[in-house]
Amino acid sequence: MKIAIASGKGGTGKTFFSVNLAHSLDRELLLLDCDVEEPNVNLFLKGELVEQRDSTLLVPQVDLDLCDGCRVCADFCQFNAIAVIRGVPLIFEDLCHGCGGCTLFCPQKAMDDTPHKIGVISHYHKGKISLIEGRLDVGKALAVPVIRDVKGDKEVAKHPLVILDAPPGTSCPVVWSLSGCDLAILVTEGTPFGLHDLKLAVETVREVGIPFGVVVNRDGLGDERVVTYCQEENIPVVGKIPNDREIATLYAQGKIVVDELPHYRALFTQIWENIASLAKGGRYERVQ
Amino acid sequence: MKGSNKLEELVILSGKGGTGKTTLTSAFAALSDSLVLADCDVDAADLHLILNPTIVKREPFVEGNEAIVDPKLCTGCGYSANFCRFDAFRKEDDGTYSIDTIRCEGCGVCVRLCPASAIKFEERHCGHWMVSKTRFGTLVHAHLQAAGENSGKLVTLVRKEARKIALEEGKKLLLVDGPPGIGCPVISSVTGADKVVLVTEPSLSGLHDLERVSRLAANFEIPVYVCVNKADIAPKLTKEIEKSVKESDNKFVGTIPYDEALVQAQIKGLSPMEYLSAAGRNHIEKLWENIWETN
Repeated sequence: MKIAIASGKGGTGKTFFSVNLAHSLDRELLLLDCDVEEPNVNLFLKGELVEQRDSTLLVPQVDLDLCDGCRVCADFCQFNAIAVIRGVPLIFEDLCHGCGGCTLFCPQKAMDDTPHKIGVISHYHKGKISLIEGRLDVGKALAVPVIRDVKGDKEVAKHPLVILDAPPGTSCPVVWSLSGCDLAILVTEGTPFGLHDLKLAVETVREVGIPFGVVVNRDGLGDERVVTYCQEENIPVVGKIPNDREIATLYAQGKIVVDELPHYRALFTQIWENIASLAKGGRYERVQ
Repeated sequence: MKGSNKLEELVILSGKGGTGKTTLTSAFAALSDSLVLADCDVDAADLHLILNPTIVKREPFVEGNEAIVDPKLCTGCGYSANFCRFDAFRKEDDGTYSIDTIRCEGCGVCVRLCPASAIKFEERHCGHWMVSKTRFGTLVHAHLQAAGENSGKLVTLVRKEARKIALEEGKKLLLVDGPPGIGCPVISSVTGADKVVLVTEPSLSGLHDLERVSRLAANFEIPVYVCVNKADIAPKLTKEIEKSVKESDNKFVGTIPYDEALVQAQIKGLSPMEYLSAAGRNHIEKLWENIWETN
């Protein structure tokens, strides 16, 4: 089973929830850190680095001996990643999406796909938890190819339980993170920003078409409108985590809350049961 | 800004989400008497919840194209599907193919390759952008369609329109509420700006993400001003952040204590400066002064 932890708004507690859920389960599992712009899971897991490789995008390289400056590549590129100046194609690697069109359509076969590093994929391990982290290089624009590399890692298929920490927002990086997952948990908070962005996240998950539930974090902060909204939309609330300054303090220091405060371990165990039952299509089945 | 007539563009970023970018933007909005605002978090825009805007202009946003298979023409040969680098093709029960518009990046490779010319290349409607009147000044904002592509072009458009209006209105400040992260929407928010304010929180994540977004801002050689929100959650870490910022080229402009009144202000749709006590407001006023005095 592959579960994505997402939210529209940033800072609602996706990573907090993913990491503490993983620690509360006491079983073999794989965490995927798909928030590749700002990956934080290993700040908490503190796992040992097992393996590391570059995340690359295939961008074209021009053989100037073969190129006749015909501009087919530049005319074809939808992303303005190629400009032909005085008969010589210039490649803007940071604009390239790696579609391969220019290489494919070059009449002189003067272009070749070359791996261009945009990030790093790292494997960590601690106890029963494995982690694959994607990390976009600072200054690189495209998060999606790094997310694809994390999700496409050969380790992923070997794990019966995968918990994926998604990036914030509602656009392409989130969609790529959610797609192919069995279930999404949207972490939100009872503030107007939390509610507004939850609605956007709900639209996005519905677009992707996977079942989902909501976790209300910092419960008690703000007002009841988030819960009312979930009731009206028939969205299962699988858990509520209280607004507790002790959690904030432990989290700030990179500590695992379920290890430090046992009563939260019980809460996460309960939330996990709700998630498992939602996944089985039990009483938490989403009503269309 | 003081004494100068040139338009200054100040962008608020954080790396990590939820550290208080929008709250701070709405506070700064109340402190400036000559500004235009731009909400560049087009994925999950929240500034309008505080500014209660009256929309005066609303335009569709079209960016790039998407490939769409005409099932009547598709022979099901699967030829162009083999070349799709984005795994966007799906085989339907009747043997034809369809393209997952969410996965399609609009590169056009399949359109060109399809032997039956069954793939159309249509304009992609990604959302819309708006110009609004608010009690603090004109706001340019946008709404990206759920699951839409955020290549940064909508962000660039919002900033460009906001700048145009600021110049027309003779305003001194263009205040930009930025997105979280460091990828394309952030790069589009920060390119060519005059000042970056980074708002962080005293946590390992906040610190880690601050470091990455600082490096990004350094690539653009834009002066960076750092403040710490919820500073008293972890006073030791706040001190560490202050120290490391002071040792860098960036400027440390102050702290804001954890204050649930900020949430109450949000619930009431008010800027912190319209709701907090004088003591609460004072922290933010100090930040504001420090940003402009360290010139």
